[in-house]
Amino acid sequence: MRFFDKFFFTDLFTGLLTTFRQQNPREIVTEQYPAQQPRIAERYRGAPRLNVDPESGDTLCIGCNLCALACPENLIVVTTERNAETKKKELTTFTYDTSRCMFCGLCEDACPVDALELTQDFELASFTREGAIWDRQMLEEGPKPTRYEY
Amino acid sequence: MSEITQATFLDSNELVLNMGPQHPSTHGVLRVILKLDGERILGADCVIGYLHRGVEKIGENRTYAQFNPYVDRMDYVAAVSNGLGYCLAVEKLLDVEAPPRAQVIRVILTELNRIASHLVWLGTHALDVGALTPVFYTFREREEILNIFEEYCGARLTTHAFRIGGLQYEAYAELATDTLNFCDRFLARIDQYESLLTSNRIWVSRLRGVGILNAEDCKRFGVTGPILRAAGVQWDLRKAMPYSGYQKYDFDIPVGTNADTYDRYLVRMEEMRQSVRILRQAAADIPEGPIMAKVPKVLKPPVGEAYVSIEAPKGELGYYIVSDGSTQPYRLRVRPPSFINLQALDHMVRDTLLADVVAVIGTIDIVLGEVDR
Repeated sequence: MRFFDKFFFTDLFTGLLTTFRQQNPREIVTEQYPAQQPRIAERYRGAPRLNVDPESGDTLCIGCNLCALACPENLIVVTTERNAETKKKELTTFTYDTSRCMFCGLCEDACPVDALELTQDFELASFTREGAIWDRQMLEEGPKPTRYEY
Repeated sequence: MSEITQATFLDSNELVLNMGPQHPSTHGVLRVILKLDGERILGADCVIGYLHRGVEKIGENRTYAQFNPYVDRMDYVAAVSNGLGYCLAVEKLLDVEAPPRAQVIRVILTELNRIASHLVWLGTHALDVGALTPVFYTFREREEILNIFEEYCGARLTTHAFRIGGLQYEAYAELATDTLNFCDRFLARIDQYESLLTSNRIWVSRLRGVGILNAEDCKRFGVTGPILRAAGVQWDLRKAMPYSGYQKYDFDIPVGTNADTYDRYLVRMEEMRQSVRILRQAAADIPEGPIMAKVPKVLKPPVGEAYVSIEAPKGELGYYIVSDGSTQPYRLRVRPPSFINLQALDHMVRDTLLADVVAVIGTIDIVLGEVDR
């Protein structure tokens, strides 16, 4: 280090100048999360949802069990029942354990009819462990996080 | 009041000190048993395994596609690189190659991830050594990279971005422009970090001459990555054994001369600049075409074995897979860079002072998820 720099602390002052420049309000990047909802990407892999037909309200799931087979954590349980009249498999229950889910999206990729989908919802906290295990109704309606005023 | 006999009090016997597993500067749950003579280090033993999840064993109980998300959880600050290594290894077993478009997108995401990993390293390393400010700036730029990941594949940290045989997700419309815009801004940001650190007298005196590991010792320990390059060895797997189309890009391998902590800092800073160079070339020319090679739905690689290693941000990351012809690997072995680099710690800190241990752990750039697996 040259004598001039050493004596006049130029190295420290260059650093301080950088820090000082960042005080500019335009440089603030902090997200005010609960007060302001963050921008979530379109492809975000968040809470699972079981899609229903928007007109009739019937489930799109055909009970093929491919999502349960694709899941690395084996957290999806699908049960079906054969309808005696139409000879078709019909979905009875669909359980999804979000506490063990790592949101890898393999179930979504496996679904042949786009019934199971990972959505942009990310607020999944619940007060009990059982609350993290979602049944068919919960999967169709989606999570309903409490909104507070700020 | 407890009694301390005079002899013990003045006796200069070695003192055994436990550092970690909760020490914030050990970057996770690393426990280092230090033997001290005053402040001088006589030896250091690493105790690892606090984060052991048995990833290799999990791999033997999952299908090839199902194991893909787990590799992201080893080196979680460079998840994309882990995914790339695993996908390349299984692709070698299956004897398929990802289409050109997929390869270029893979390069873009991997290089972005290299920058993100180095930014985490820079911020935390500076924190360890006593500079509080850089971490705020580095995490600001890292956030931009994570936003690109989120737009591309829907996850920020454990991305699961690649699939065996190519990609699952088509590049979103603004991937190239986002990357190029990031590159334009980022070079000025690196200069900003350098203005805070490179010539700073505290930074220099804490780092220069600390934790020297020369080229011969690096080879003896099997240390790779920026530590090896800071010792003056021009060894980068992207140049030495190109994969995923790295031979097309023009970039340099930065090397150091003194093999100390300060040189490793300079090497990593230069590596980020080189990554920007690769990113500019890759993002300017993304070929059209399919993103997925023809692979069967149920992966059953032929009987055999494959080893693929890539240049992860921390060093050589290797995957060794033995297939018995079934849907699950017979044996899966990971060669993690952090684990192998960490064993040089004892050699590097010997005869230095206690405060230097923190700087040396920071400069090795370990992630405990990868050390313990």
